[in-house]
Amino acid sequence: MRDVIVANKEILDFDNQMQVQDDVFPILHILDSDGEIVDSESLQRAQLTEEDFINIMKRMLLSRQLDIRSTKLAKQGRFGFFAPTAGQEASQMASSYAFKDDDWLMPGYRDIPQIVVKGWPIWKAILWSRGHALGNVFTTEEGKPVNSWMPQIIIGAQYVEAAGIALGMKKRQKDAVAYAYTGEGGSSQGDFYEGVNFAGAYKANAVFFIQNNGFAISTPRAMQTAATHLAAKGWAAGVPSIVVDGNDPIAVYLASKEARAWATSGKGPVLIETLTNRLEAHSTAGDDPLRYRTQADIDAAWKKEPLIRTRQYMTGQGIWDEDKEAAYITEVNALIDDQIKIADKVSKQKISDFIKNTLEVPSYAMAEQITKFESEGK
Amino acid sequence: MAVKSYIDAVREAMDLALEKDNNVLIFGEDVGKNGGVFRATDGLQAKYGEDRVFNTPLAESGIGGLAIGLTTQDYRPIMEIQFFGFVFEVMDSIAGQMARNRYRFNGTRNMPIVVRSPYGGGTKTPEMHADNLEGMVAQIPGIRVVMPANPADAKGLLLSAVESNDPVVFLENIHLYRSMKGDVPQGYYTTPLDKAAVVHEGTDVSIISYGGGVPVALKAAEELDKNGISAEVLDLRTVSPLDIQAIGDTVTKTGRVVVVQEAQRMAGIGASIMSEISERFILSLKAPIGRIAAPDSVYPFGQAENDWMIKSDDVVAKVMEVVNYD
Repeated sequence: MRDVIVANKEILDFDNQMQVQDDVFPILHILDSDGEIVDSESLQRAQLTEEDFINIMKRMLLSRQLDIRSTKLAKQGRFGFFAPTAGQEASQMASSYAFKDDDWLMPGYRDIPQIVVKGWPIWKAILWSRGHALGNVFTTEEGKPVNSWMPQIIIGAQYVEAAGIALGMKKRQKDAVAYAYTGEGGSSQGDFYEGVNFAGAYKANAVFFIQNNGFAISTPRAMQTAATHLAAKGWAAGVPSIVVDGNDPIAVYLASKEARAWATSGKGPVLIETLTNRLEAHSTAGDDPLRYRTQADIDAAWKKEPLIRTRQYMTGQGIWDEDKEAAYITEVNALIDDQIKIADKVSKQKISDFIKNTLEVPSYAMAEQITKFESEGK
Repeated sequence: MAVKSYIDAVREAMDLALEKDNNVLIFGEDVGKNGGVFRATDGLQAKYGEDRVFNTPLAESGIGGLAIGLTTQDYRPIMEIQFFGFVFEVMDSIAGQMARNRYRFNGTRNMPIVVRSPYGGGTKTPEMHADNLEGMVAQIPGIRVVMPANPADAKGLLLSAVESNDPVVFLENIHLYRSMKGDVPQGYYTTPLDKAAVVHEGTDVSIISYGGGVPVALKAAEELDKNGISAEVLDLRTVSPLDIQAIGDTVTKTGRVVVVQEAQRMAGIGASIMSEISERFILSLKAPIGRIAAPDSVYPFGQAENDWMIKSDDVVAKVMEVVNYD
């Protein structure tokens, strides 16, 4: 009787409940912003070899160079739409490093680098940006399938679709997962919740990422939800949900790897919130961050970006140095130069091709339209 | 041949599809043990197992996403939207995603999804259960919209829809589910998509309709027969894309047309048929095209439903007007 009275009082103490919410989501962090390891046990648990560190560093540098070059080319009018990724290298590249070829990537429009490292040639990414459907043919240069969806513009759709892929993998008894990315803005979408909830209900093979980069275009994270941590949304669906320092590649990798293992074991999906920062504009289409955030805020964020701490740590370990980095950046830029040339040579997208690919067999009216546009060379 | 109800024909098609191809899955709200709210999937979970016929959480967009995702694992999903009035919840999956994926992936990806859903009035359902929303989905490039008007077509068209590599919105008329019975061929057969059918031969006037409008048109044609007017009834069967050749054939044959639809008059399938006729076959016309459609209000609450819905008497009157035009 007495216990029930106490319990009931606690249940009705909403202030207490708010405090409890705050306390249950500690942030996983292993490598701090000064390049120091703060948890050597977790570092061991990640089982990253020297080669892994170099691979992750190279992927992050590739992503940064793609970002720099894409932004520049967009300013020159030689690129189409591009959503800058600077600041999110650990969140994107260290997470995707934990997944395998058989896994299915479900990206949002800012997740171009994850598709590239999965084998999607950069020239196709450029075509996607320029609005050419050849960009959305997800095969490697050698024609091998790349298990990725196109970058979603509707930022909750990849979550419900990931649930379907994950359920299919479970039915086919595959040792594979669907891994989907959205942002903290995307986590406000109804589809976000439906996707996590469906995957949870079916205990399907999915890993969901919320890259909490602080801003949805201009809307700050605090405006998206009263939830203290976005990961709490996964708990509502009965799914293990964690918060990770998204600028710490070791923590992001470890969380992703263990989430993948859980999801392939038949126990269901995992939700990971990575705390990171979008250091640049929302997109190359005329967004000016100084309209909604201060320069001081941006400067502070640059000090915590993932490349600095990773470089510091790896240099300290004697596995990275300035020369190696300079040589790799030169190599990446030569690759990007080549890929731009390939993209430039692809003939313009034709309307007739679009109509042909609307239905498997064009309708009567479509056939008329194809004939008309083909006669005009369009 | 055996006489079967419309809903039995629908269920038989799904039974045969599940039997023929292990990649076919059926899922939606309450489709499992309960067999769906109309019993369209009755017994299928018991026969094929929970792995292939299963319930979903109550969220239509999730159901659509599930279907799209499952295609990557070589499944051919038949997803059910419990009532087509609930389609607004899944419009992104249908219009924003599955319809666009063939062109989006430059023709490298099929979307073999059937979106089954009951529609149509006459059974005094609560709001959002009876609307004719086919016009809305027919405007989306990249999906086929199929609306069978009799049991034999319901079975043959549903099997074609399952075989189609394009997404098909397959709309089943609630009123006809149990009220309509007809001859249904035995075994597995397909009825071609995108092909209209002349379901009542005639020479004086063409009545063009689809779905639940067809029985109304047929009743009118029988009434007109008694008055010595020979009406041809064309059942479109697929409302997107339209069978323009079949429309042209009947228009050039009779020179007089009445278009009949259960949906509201504004911006619908009927309007599309009339504009195609005006553009392509106007010189064959001997009279302005007539139209019977529901009023331009939202679908009415139950008490006004009977007055709101189209009737064969209205079709007869409109045909007389068109036939008597000089």
